[in-house]
Amino acid sequence: MKTVAKRIYIALIILFLYAPIGILMVLSFNESKTRAKWGGFTFKWYIALFQNEEILRALFNTLLIAFTSSLIATVIGTVACISMTGMKRRAKSILMGVTNIPMLNADIVTGISLMLLYISLGIRFGMGTILLSHITFNIPYVILSVMPRMRQINVSTYEAALDLGSSPIHAFFKVVFPDLLPGILSGFLMAFTMSLDDFIITHFTKGVGVDTLSTKIYTEIKKGIKPEMYALSSLIFVTVLTLLVLINLSPTDKKKAE
Amino acid sequence: MKKELIQLIDISKSFDGQMVLDELNLHIHENEFVTLLGPSGCGKTTTLRILGGFTSPDKGRVVFDGQDITQIPPNKRQLNTVFQKYALFTHMTIAENIAFGLKIKKKSKSYIDDKIRYALKLVNLDGYENRMPDSLSGGQQQRIAIARAIVNEPKVLLLDEPLGALDLKLRQEMQYELIRMKNELGITFVYVTHDQEEALTMSDTIVVMNQGYIQQIGSPESIYNEPENAFVADFIGESNIIPATMIEDKLVSILGTRFACVDTGFGNNRPVDVVIRPEDVILVEPSEGIIQGVVSHLIFKGVHYEMEVQACGFEWLVHSTTLFPVGKEVGIRVDPFNIQIMNKPESEDEEAVIIDI
Repeated sequence: MKTVAKRIYIALIILFLYAPIGILMVLSFNESKTRAKWGGFTFKWYIALFQNEEILRALFNTLLIAFTSSLIATVIGTVACISMTGMKRRAKSILMGVTNIPMLNADIVTGISLMLLYISLGIRFGMGTILLSHITFNIPYVILSVMPRMRQINVSTYEAALDLGSSPIHAFFKVVFPDLLPGILSGFLMAFTMSLDDFIITHFTKGVGVDTLSTKIYTEIKKGIKPEMYALSSLIFVTVLTLLVLINLSPTDKKKAE
Repeated sequence: MKKELIQLIDISKSFDGQMVLDELNLHIHENEFVTLLGPSGCGKTTTLRILGGFTSPDKGRVVFDGQDITQIPPNKRQLNTVFQKYALFTHMTIAENIAFGLKIKKKSKSYIDDKIRYALKLVNLDGYENRMPDSLSGGQQQRIAIARAIVNEPKVLLLDEPLGALDLKLRQEMQYELIRMKNELGITFVYVTHDQEEALTMSDTIVVMNQGYIQQIGSPESIYNEPENAFVADFIGESNIIPATMIEDKLVSILGTRFACVDTGFGNNRPVDVVIRPEDVILVEPSEGIIQGVVSHLIFKGVHYEMEVQACGFEWLVHSTTLFPVGKEVGIRVDPFNIQIMNKPESEDEEAVIIDI
C-alpha cells in the first residue's frame, strides 16, 4: 500500500515536470497548424526546420560556440585546478568562492555586466563577445567537476613517477592526467550543455545579426509561434538530455572510497 | 669498515616556522639496513624525503657517493622510493607499472621483459604481469611497489613506512621478505617506521629520532640494551625508568637502596636515571630480595605474566613466566649487568615522553 502511494507520488512529480515538454514534443509532430486539434502525424515541421537557412546558421553558431567555449574553458579550468592544489588553504578557499559566484549569480546580472564591460572596453559585439561570455560562465563548471578528482589524486603517484626518473611534465601527462581525465571529460560535457542552452547571457552579449538557437527561437516567437519552433525545442531538449545522461554515466565517482 | 655511501651534513628544515630537523648529521654505509625510528612528527619522513629529493633542506648538504646532490631533482637521483601508500599507477597493468622507470631510460624491450619477470619472481608474484593494481591486496600492491623500485637497480632503496597499512601477520611476513631482498640485492635500505619491533627485527643500524634530533644511533642490541637516554629507553620496548644516584663506579642507589651495577665513569654522588627492562626484574621470596614489595596488578600476556609491584614508592613493571598473585609480598632482585645507567636529560627534548602504541 505504502509503496503504491510512493509510486503514484513519484509519477505525479514526473508528470508535472515533463508534461509540458511532452506536449511540446507531441505538437511538433502535429500535422495541423493550430494547437487545438490533432491533425495526424507528420515530420514536415522537422523538414521545414532543416530547410530554414537562418535557423541552420543559428544552429551552426550554437554548436561552434558551445564546442569552442567549452574546450577553452576546460583547458583554463583544469590548469586552474592544478595550480589551486598547490596553494595555501586560505588562498584556495577564497579563489573557490570567487569561482562559484558566476554560477550562483543570476544570469541576467552576469549578462548585463558582461555587456557593460564590452561596451566600456569598446569591444564590438558579435561571435567574439558571445564566445568570451560563454567561456566565462563555463569555467566554474569545469573547475567544479575537475576539483573533486584532483582531491582524490594521491600526490605520491606523481612523486613516484619523478622518483622513477620521469621529468615533471612527463609525470603529469603519464600519471596525473589519466586520473583527472574522467573529471575533465564530464566538465567539458557540462560546459557544453550549459553553453548550448544559455539564452539570457547570449541575449545581452550577442549584438545585431548574430543568433544562436535560443535567441533565434526568442525572436521567432515574437513574430508568432510556428510549429517549426516546437520541433527545434524538442531537438534541443533531447540533445541536452542525452548530454546529461552521458555526464552522469561517466565514472567520476569511481573509487571514492579509501 | 664498509664504504660510506650517503652523508647528511648539518641538515636543517622547518615548515611554516616550525623546526622539523635541526642540524642533523647522519652517515649511511653501503649495503646497510638503516631504520629511522621515532614517533610521528620526529622528522624521520622529512629526512627520507630530503634523501629522495622531494623536499629540499633549508641548510646543509646531502652527499651521495662522494657527490653533492642537494640541488639535484628526484628524477636525476640514483635512489628509488617505496611510498607509504604504494602509489601504484592505477590505470596501468602491473607490468607497465614495473616497466615505467625502464622505459624512461629507453631500455630494450627484451631487457624490460626480463627485468619484469625477475622482479616479480623476487617479490613472489610471478604471473601477475597483466593484472591491474586495484585487483591486488594491500600486501601484494606493496610488493609491486618494491618491484617497481628495484628494477631500476638503485644503489639505495628508501622505504617510507611501507608496511604501515598491512595487518600484523602480513607485516611479519614482509619483514622477512625485505631482509631476504636486501641480502639478495646487496643494496642499501633506508627504512622509516614508528614501529620499534619492526626496527629491531630488520635493521643493521637503528637511528632513534625525536623532535628533529637524533637521540641514538646503534645496532638493535645496543639500542635495546644500552639506551642512552630516557626517551630511547621508553620508546624502544617497555621499561622501568627510575631516578637514582650514582654513588661511585659500579654502585648505584636506587630508591634509597644500593644496587651493584657495571657502569663506570658517571662520577660520584651524581643524580642519574636507571633503566631496568621488565624481563630483567627477578621476583623472589621476600627474604631473598634486595628490596621488598607487594604485587598490585597481574595480567596474562601469553608468553609471560605482566605484573606491577609496589616497592619503595615506585611501581615496578615486571615480566615473568612465574605467577605471583595480587597482594603477595615479593622480593626484587636485579642482576648488575641488567641495570643501565643514563645521564639525566639535559634538555626538554630528550625527556621521556609517554607514547601510546
